Amino acid sequence: MYPSDLKYDKEHEWVRVEGDVVTIGISHFAQHQLGEVVYVDLPSEGDSVNAGETFGEIESVKSVSELYAPADGEIVKVNSALSDAPETVNEDPYGEGWMIQVKLADPAQLDALLSAEEYEAFVSEEA
Amino acid sequence: MSEVLARTPLYEEHVALGGRMVPFAGYEMPVQYEGIKAEHEAVRSSAGIFDVCHMSEFRVFGFGAFDYLQGLFTNDLSRIAEVGSAQYTLMCDEDGGIIDDLIVYHTGDLEYLIIANAANRDTDLEWMRAHCPEDVTLTGQTEPEHRQGCGIVELVDESDRTGLIAVQGPRALGVIAELAGPGFEPPPRFHIAEARLDGTPVLLARTGYTGEDGVEILCHESHAAGIWRALLSFAEVTPCGLGARDTLRLEMGYHLYGSDMDRGVDPVSAGLGWVVPQKGAPFIGSEAIAKIRSEGPAVRLCGIIVEDGIPRAGFPVLHDAEEVGKVASGTFSPTLGIGIATAYLPISLAEPGTELEVVIRRKTARARVERPPFVKNTSLS
Repeated sequence: MYPSDLKYDKEHEWVRVEGDVVTIGISHFAQHQLGEVVYVDLPSEGDSVNAGETFGEIESVKSVSELYAPADGEIVKVNSALSDAPETVNEDPYGEGWMIQVKLADPAQLDALLSAEEYEAFVSEEA
Repeated sequence: MSEVLARTPLYEEHVALGGRMVPFAGYEMPVQYEGIKAEHEAVRSSAGIFDVCHMSEFRVFGFGAFDYLQGLFTNDLSRIAEVGSAQYTLMCDEDGGIIDDLIVYHTGDLEYLIIANAANRDTDLEWMRAHCPEDVTLTGQTEPEHRQGCGIVELVDESDRTGLIAVQGPRALGVIAELAGPGFEPPPRFHIAEARLDGTPVLLARTGYTGEDGVEILCHESHAAGIWRALLSFAEVTPCGLGARDTLRLEMGYHLYGSDMDRGVDPVSAGLGWVVPQKGAPFIGSEAIAKIRSEGPAVRLCGIIVEDGIPRAGFPVLHDAEEVGKVASGTFSPTLGIGIATAYLPISLAEPGTELEVVIRRKTARARVERPPFVKNTSLS
């Protein structure tokens, strides 16, 4: 449920690191808590994001969740397919349900993130 | 604040089905099981069942029953003179403020059944008690000071002993027919009739809150779980929570008390003028409502659609960058795939097609007035 090649933050985003570009999405736990995603509001390519600040919103029928950037950087790609098929976030949260790709300003910021094991322990406390 | 929450007779069923329980109107109720969208779609395409045992049921009977209720309710009670028929109605205060919306069923000679909102049970009873004829008998209430005697009207609070399960969807009546057995004829739309389901005595009301055909089953609370399970034994039946109940009713533009109207709003402004006949008998609030009607209301509850965003209760509604109202009810419409809402708007902006905006947190989304129902093709239309 929590792939070991990813890093996680306590706001339930996951991060896949490929060089100085990271792909960001929300974890299985987050999509399950939220329920069926019906609307995803993402920023535009070229926008900058800051660690710990919101970069978008994701809504189910009943609730809204903010999306938090795990590190500073510039958005190089946005998963625009989600606007037509937001349910992809539930169906494939670590694959087709990714949200943005960010070119990192400071890759060292990723050191503060959790490993899959640490995240799973964190989630089991929250649940 | 830690309110002690009540449980319906179906509580254990919800837990066993994995229902996500939330506080609602003083009860622990399931907001969803598998998911709101799937439950919503089940009702639109097949059949869904809802635990509505939390709702209030009152019975009124005696030679004074008609006069008593006609003096309390806005709609013309003589329209349901036929035993078995039912109508949607309102109970208002002297200023025309809406105390509750309810359905009154003419269940028998000199006898009526009222189904009211769960959250309004005490308010309704208090109002009905305060405005009853001198010689009334009130029984079945939790308050110790209820009156006893040989009254001309008897008012009984049957909420605790009555189970209520809504079965809604194009395939709902088929399921009911199978449980009822050979020779079953459902009551006509907006009628109520006795029946037996799987041998259990029930009342079947051909009413609902989803826009789909179906019934609401009234039974003794001890039989509710048995009926719930019997319904779930059909492959076409999906258990549905409050989440789907809300999206279904809002797609139809049905009002929700507490969101779309309350004591501070009159029926004309709420778009419920059709529940207040112009030439009906007098009732509490009739003069105030007639005055509002003749002068014209300042605002009116309107339907709004938002294509790019989900409007939610309390979000500001703008016209020409100026705030003109707030969202009363708002959600995502699973059927249409867009945001739908209601809001009180100045009469000048109430025309369908009027362009508006809704402030959705940090952004402003385009919106448009549209006359409900938002979803126009259902098994009832």
